[in-house]
Amino acid sequence: MLRDTIARLIIEANYIIPDDILQALRDAAIREESEIGRRTLEQLVRNYEIAAAERLPVCQDSGVAVVMLEVGQDVHWIGGSLQEAIFDGVREGTKAGYLRWSVTGDPTRMLKTAGGDTPAVIHTDLVPGADVKITFASKGFGAENMSALKMFVPADGVPAITDFVLDTVDRAGANACPPIVVGVGVGGTFETAALLAKKAVLRPINVRHPRPDLCRLEGELLERVNELGIGPQGLGGRVTALAVNIEVYSTHIAGLPVAVNLGCHSTRRISTTL
Amino acid sequence: MTRSDMSVMQLTFNDGVTDADLDRLRAGDSVELTGRVISFRDATAARLTRALEAGSPVPVSLHDQILYAVGPSPPKPSQIIGSAGPTTTARMARFLPTLFAAGVRAVIGKGELHGDDMNAFVTHRAVYFAAIGGLGALLAKQIRAADIVGYDDLGPEALYSLEIDAFPVVVIIDTEGRNFHELSRARWRSLPRRRTEREGR
Repeated sequence: MLRDTIARLIIEANYIIPDDILQALRDAAIREESEIGRRTLEQLVRNYEIAAAERLPVCQDSGVAVVMLEVGQDVHWIGGSLQEAIFDGVREGTKAGYLRWSVTGDPTRMLKTAGGDTPAVIHTDLVPGADVKITFASKGFGAENMSALKMFVPADGVPAITDFVLDTVDRAGANACPPIVVGVGVGGTFETAALLAKKAVLRPINVRHPRPDLCRLEGELLERVNELGIGPQGLGGRVTALAVNIEVYSTHIAGLPVAVNLGCHSTRRISTTL
Repeated sequence: MTRSDMSVMQLTFNDGVTDADLDRLRAGDSVELTGRVISFRDATAARLTRALEAGSPVPVSLHDQILYAVGPSPPKPSQIIGSAGPTTTARMARFLPTLFAAGVRAVIGKGELHGDDMNAFVTHRAVYFAAIGGLGALLAKQIRAADIVGYDDLGPEALYSLEIDAFPVVVIIDTEGRNFHELSRARWRSLPRRRTEREGR
């Protein structure tokens, strides 16, 4: 059953862009001051409408399948391996949905690997309750390649976070396929910051952080990112990002890990609860 | 080459693109391309370059050709090609000097090229066109034929000959060495924002 769910999610994620992002692109096409930027945004909206209507992958880069599981601690799994069920679902959905095999088995390229390597990265959180929540994302690598992580120190503080976000977006420029979603992860250890940034980039863009100071920081960062001039597809303009989402976690008294994960305008995610 | 309206130019090429056509393009021009182009990606570019540097034959002539950075999705039964938008050109930039020397005259891709990557274009008076990244479903409709002409073991990275028709691109680097990404970012960064509307959330 999990296998079938995953197969369905990967196809739907690749054919249908989330409502919040599509609406933000429609709004941006009105708000954008640059003419070439507006035209670009209008084309993106059209691409998403056609992909949904004709059931086509919105982008040829169907990305790496990222599966975030929130597993209730009272859940008892029966029959077989959880990981195999997810891998099987990804394989089935990739084939049935005419999605591209975008994953290589050996990142060093020292092995000769055929196509069809199992394309899934799985993160699991244990939570109270008896439900399983799945957040599925197809993460394209144009934006993933432009993401960054840096270990700051406490004295660097919020100004360092701000500068690092702006610098990462500026260096990414057109390569990350703007307008982008900016996910910022602050705290924990090296890997926590990266995972928080991934969770941030996958949070719906119309949901702000519940902490008022972080909500304000998200707004300030979005405004400053949109003053960089990059614009849609880096052709110049005001709409460089659709949202800046921040997630935080406690960290060591000696540290301030900051990760910035970028999502392209086609940030494909879908959630369901089993 | 003709201008069909105020803003979009048409560029048709049959047996390769001419210098005269490329010289007329200016950074920032919107152009619709019609003709045959050759696909390339990370693995394709590396293999082509290795063959050229070793003096070995390559599957297809690159003389006066345009390369398109793309690795398409598999086609559905009713399709010529699956989703087929551009991929990031910068990843293949290190191979471009060799490919230009073999006759390539222009590249379609997405993303930015600066410094040495851009200088390779300037040296060879080549043109860099950007297509819109993430426009895969729509751009597939501007492809009339897709034939694998080599390296089919590379799967989505195989060498395709693609017949494109009114394929929309923007000139990023022109033969005079102007870079539209750099020019427009600088312009919009210094231009005061319209005061009527601040960034909404």
